[in-house]
Amino acid sequence: MSQSAPLLEMKNIQKDFFGNQVLTDINLTLREGEVLGLVGENGAGKSTLMKILFGMDVIRDTGGYSGDILLHGQKVEFKTPFEALAAGIGMVHQEFSLIPGFTATENILLNREPKKKSVVSEIFGDRLDTLNRKEMTEKSEKAIEKMGVHIDGSMVIHDMPVGHKQFTEIARELSKDQLKLLILDEPTAVLTEKEAEALLASIRGMAARGIAVIFITHRLQEILDVCDKVVVMRDGYVVQDVPAKDTGITEITRWMVGRSVDSAAKADIRDNPDAPIALSIRKLWVDMPGETVRNVNLDVREGEILGIGGLAGQGKLGIPNGIMGLYEAGGEVTLRGKKIPLNQPRACLDASMAFVSEDRRGVGLLLDETLEWNIAFPAMQIQNKFLKNYLGGLVKWRDEKAIHDITQRYIDELAIKCTSSKQKAKELSGGNQQKVCLAKAFALEPGFLFVSEPTRGIDVGAKALVLEALKKFNRESGVTIVMISSELEELRQTCDRIAIVSGGRVAGILPATESAEQFGLLMVSQVV
Amino acid sequence: MSNISKPAGSRSVGKTVGSFLANNSVPIMFILICAVCIPLSGFSLDYLLNEIITRLGRNAFLILSLLIPIMAGMGLNFGMTLGAMAGEIALIFVSDWQIWGIPGVILAMIVSVPFSVLLGLFCGKIMNMAKGREMITSYIISFFINGVYQLIVLYMMGSVIPIAHSSIKLPRGYGIRNTVGLLNMRQCIDNLLAIRVGGVKIPALTLLIIVLMCLLIIWFRRTKLGQDMRAVGQDMQVARDAGIKVERTRIISIIISTVLAGFGMILYLQNIGNLSTYSAHSQVGMFCIAALLVGGASVDRASIGNVFLGVILFHLMFIVAPQAGAKITGDSMIGEYFRVFVSYGVITIALIMYEMKKRRQKANIGEQLALAQKEEVQHEQ
Amino acid sequence: MKEKLKDFIASFGLPRLIISGFLLALFILSPIVGADLPMQISNVINRFSWNAVLVLAMVPMVHSGCGLNFGLPLGIVAGLLGGTLSLEFGFTGPMSFLMAVIIATPFAMLFGGGYGWLLNRIKGGEMMIATYVGFSSVSFMCMMWLLLPYHKADMVWGLSGKGLRTTISLEGYYDKALSNFLQINIGKISIPVGALLLFAVLAFAMWAFLHTKTGTAMTAVGSNPTFAKAAGIQVDKIRMLSVMMSTWLGAVGILVYEQGFGFIQLYNAPFYMALPAVSAILIGGATVNKASIMNVILGTFLFQGIVTMTPTVMNNMIHMDMSEVIRMIASNGMILYALTRKTEVRR
Repeated sequence: MSQSAPLLEMKNIQKDFFGNQVLTDINLTLREGEVLGLVGENGAGKSTLMKILFGMDVIRDTGGYSGDILLHGQKVEFKTPFEALAAGIGMVHQEFSLIPGFTATENILLNREPKKKSVVSEIFGDRLDTLNRKEMTEKSEKAIEKMGVHIDGSMVIHDMPVGHKQFTEIARELSKDQLKLLILDEPTAVLTEKEAEALLASIRGMAARGIAVIFITHRLQEILDVCDKVVVMRDGYVVQDVPAKDTGITEITRWMVGRSVDSAAKADIRDNPDAPIALSIRKLWVDMPGETVRNVNLDVREGEILGIGGLAGQGKLGIPNGIMGLYEAGGEVTLRGKKIPLNQPRACLDASMAFVSEDRRGVGLLLDETLEWNIAFPAMQIQNKFLKNYLGGLVKWRDEKAIHDITQRYIDELAIKCTSSKQKAKELSGGNQQKVCLAKAFALEPGFLFVSEPTRGIDVGAKALVLEALKKFNRESGVTIVMISSELEELRQTCDRIAIVSGGRVAGILPATESAEQFGLLMVSQVV
Repeated sequence: MSNISKPAGSRSVGKTVGSFLANNSVPIMFILICAVCIPLSGFSLDYLLNEIITRLGRNAFLILSLLIPIMAGMGLNFGMTLGAMAGEIALIFVSDWQIWGIPGVILAMIVSVPFSVLLGLFCGKIMNMAKGREMITSYIISFFINGVYQLIVLYMMGSVIPIAHSSIKLPRGYGIRNTVGLLNMRQCIDNLLAIRVGGVKIPALTLLIIVLMCLLIIWFRRTKLGQDMRAVGQDMQVARDAGIKVERTRIISIIISTVLAGFGMILYLQNIGNLSTYSAHSQVGMFCIAALLVGGASVDRASIGNVFLGVILFHLMFIVAPQAGAKITGDSMIGEYFRVFVSYGVITIALIMYEMKKRRQKANIGEQLALAQKEEVQHEQ
Repeated sequence: MKEKLKDFIASFGLPRLIISGFLLALFILSPIVGADLPMQISNVINRFSWNAVLVLAMVPMVHSGCGLNFGLPLGIVAGLLGGTLSLEFGFTGPMSFLMAVIIATPFAMLFGGGYGWLLNRIKGGEMMIATYVGFSSVSFMCMMWLLLPYHKADMVWGLSGKGLRTTISLEGYYDKALSNFLQINIGKISIPVGALLLFAVLAFAMWAFLHTKTGTAMTAVGSNPTFAKAAGIQVDKIRMLSVMMSTWLGAVGILVYEQGFGFIQLYNAPFYMALPAVSAILIGGATVNKASIMNVILGTFLFQGIVTMTPTVMNNMIHMDMSEVIRMIASNGMILYALTRKTEVRR
């Protein structure tokens, strides 16, 4: 190991998004040829940290960061990803960034193609240089060789299996001569077991060539297999930074989910095994991109709040979206003994089920319309509420007054901050938009409610209010609620029982009083 | 890993034939239409060959100008009309300066370039502001610029812009006449080096120019700029992340298309021999696009082969339809209307197929996933 | 103050401001340059009454998120079928207008249904395809006008005795059928109350529809189709309904236009009829996915005002009739402006 300054040092990195602290006092060191495993729950701050390192636009747009990044002892501050690339940092993102109709070679060398000069290009500029196909093939073959996993350079991306696409991305980074540090963000999520093994081998190969790797994954065994050290993040802090050989899966899991003060679950948790089954799910599969559900069996008891937790991409969001007909689904769903047909949103709503979507802006709201419309719309369409009938029911006229009244009621009840009930939904803050989504569901007076990520992207104060409103709705109206959330802590505070989804399946159901560590183990149990 | 890398493996021959028919349905349909209409029309083979070759020389260059925006993912460039207008303005100037023959044609081409570049730049900028609906935007741009063109040619030429020769001016002293005669440069390029084979005249020089143009396009595809355009055309975001200047690349592709359309229009008009000042350009875009689509191109994919096949089939239909229509119905107008209907119909079908394909691809991915999961669920039972 | 002005311009839109200012200038200039102002006003009102229903036909499709109805010619074709068939069947006078509307209705439903079915399959690419569906239908009907067995002597070509004429006079049929109904004349200004009344009825019906349960669903589908789907709305059905409504209004619109104009124009005439209607509603303040009855009224007035006023005022002023060119630049410029305003429709 060289005694000079380490390849990468991050010192006292801090970052907040509009007053919401997401990274606090992060310190990291990485030497050449070292492999660092970065783990943490979703929202722990891993991706924000990587975005800072990679100079992504969102960081600057949200007020930049504080602290220092040193490369070889030199302070750097990247304004764009291109500057980071030039400095030798490469990143493979979770989403593919490939041109579908190009070959692997063309993608590997995208915008860095070797070129031949010609008379025309001397006059009109170097964009009219012709591509040097031979050299391109050579270069890409070299990069593929460096990676140690063989892929066909002449194969068109869109004919490739997903694993090969992932390797093409990695080869692209490796083809950059200046590459010193490679960030891999959950690269094995889309790989088969064999491919993942090949990738791990290739990471070792890269490290042997002196390239440092930051490896982000939820598969903890991989971390132990390939990394020199493990950095565990939680709530924006680095909680552990240890050599990989000194630790194990159980320990890492505890660090990931454990809280410094393990806030005890609320006192009024009810666990009533004798309660009748309200909703029974059998063999459910859902094709929701990025949240695939495979063969889920789950029973929800009457009157409880059931939490569904799990890491991102493991399928927890697919369950409500599939049942409510927003994504294609199959299997059997029975509500209080009555079979619910799938892929028909209307049938679920008619069966008095309601859904608060995690995608507030895309699914949850009519952004360009008033709060009145947002809150009253589903109840009007499904239950013929807020309508005045004329001509013997032939004309169903919108009852503006009833709509206004109900909206005003929920504005007061949920303390929605707005100028009036006629304000446009898009003008509200995230927390208040979420309350509007809740009010929309409450106005349906449902017998069964799915709430998906109710606190995503809203501030701490609003979070507490939203969770309280849910709890109150359950306890006072006796409505069974299934709440899906990435934040285990809020599930433990709000729910009676918590099911953990991992790899698209239910890994286990535990009472909310169970320790965080137990949940953590379930979360990583079947990760794909 | 080998077990997963056989996505497109064993397909039956029948399926291949089926997909060939499906992928080439439009040209095949046109071959059938022509096969029915040619005998009905009663035209001689010599006449048809002559006409086809004339029209090939007249139109191919114009249609070639459409290829580059398709490559850059901007769809069918309905804004090629802009280039046609630039070519017409250049021809008006050149005929006012009384420079005729081949020098006149070359000068017109040179004069058209600044106009084309300017219009292409405008068109490209607007289209960058309306990403995702480039086609309808370029279509409306062509109407908008047609207004500006009329403002210039009908009101400003002769009053603000000096026009010396009264022969091309309207009697009122300003504005250009409805028709500008180009007799002195009529077919000057077509006739130079023309070869006669039997009764068929082959305008060798014109065809040579077209072949050169094709070679230029082939060469262009191999340049860095061509590669960038293909990348931008397939995924703008990925191209941008890789550091390609997406907006600039798109604008360049439109500028090239406009300049080529300008040249194409000049070649077209030198063949025709006169310029209908206010209407020559109005239908050019539609006919060129229809011809390209008849040749088997789609909104996101077009080759040089499509251009030639398209010109031949489309114009064959164009020549024989009125006569054949008259034979069948006894009314010659039917054939005229029929060919217009076919032009529009072809474009409509191509647009529909393109949009449906886009949606089907999305649905396919979903179906495959569902299937795989269904199998898995069954396994576990 | 400057900020306020800027805000106003931003919300109102600079092109709209220019067009309104231009029309205002025309009204002020008109008496100065010696044009007959009352006559002008009368013209504007009359042309408003001819065109307003065609512009109203834009509203349902905009509301359901299908974008601007560039396929209006399809509705027009239905209207033309209604008009010609009503004449062929021997109806005369105002009765022929009523029958034209009645006969056109099933055609409009049929065409609109097919057109809506198609548009549901190509969501996101509606406007371009709508344009070409319109063109295809018009060019197809060009053949049909020749081939369909019409016989009425004053409609078909005199020589051959078959095939409809390009222009058919409506004298004795529904020429001014609405305009003359309850017409009010004040000096030189004549107000076609009947035609305005019909527009008012249709506009009111549209306004009322948008206040019903189904109308509310339509607006929601246009505003956010995923939201509507999650709320149990059958998005495709609502879109189909909107297309059928637009097509029917297009059919009625062309009949109203004909009764004012006095002639049925066949063959190539309907080709570009969508563009004035599209730009009129945009000038009135609509966007690609929001339109109100007020936009229709204001837009038709502004657009027709410019179309009727410019020729006379310009002619009187500089003895140069640039109205056609100005109309072309202004109306297409307005459509371009609207197309570049909004980014891709949310999915």
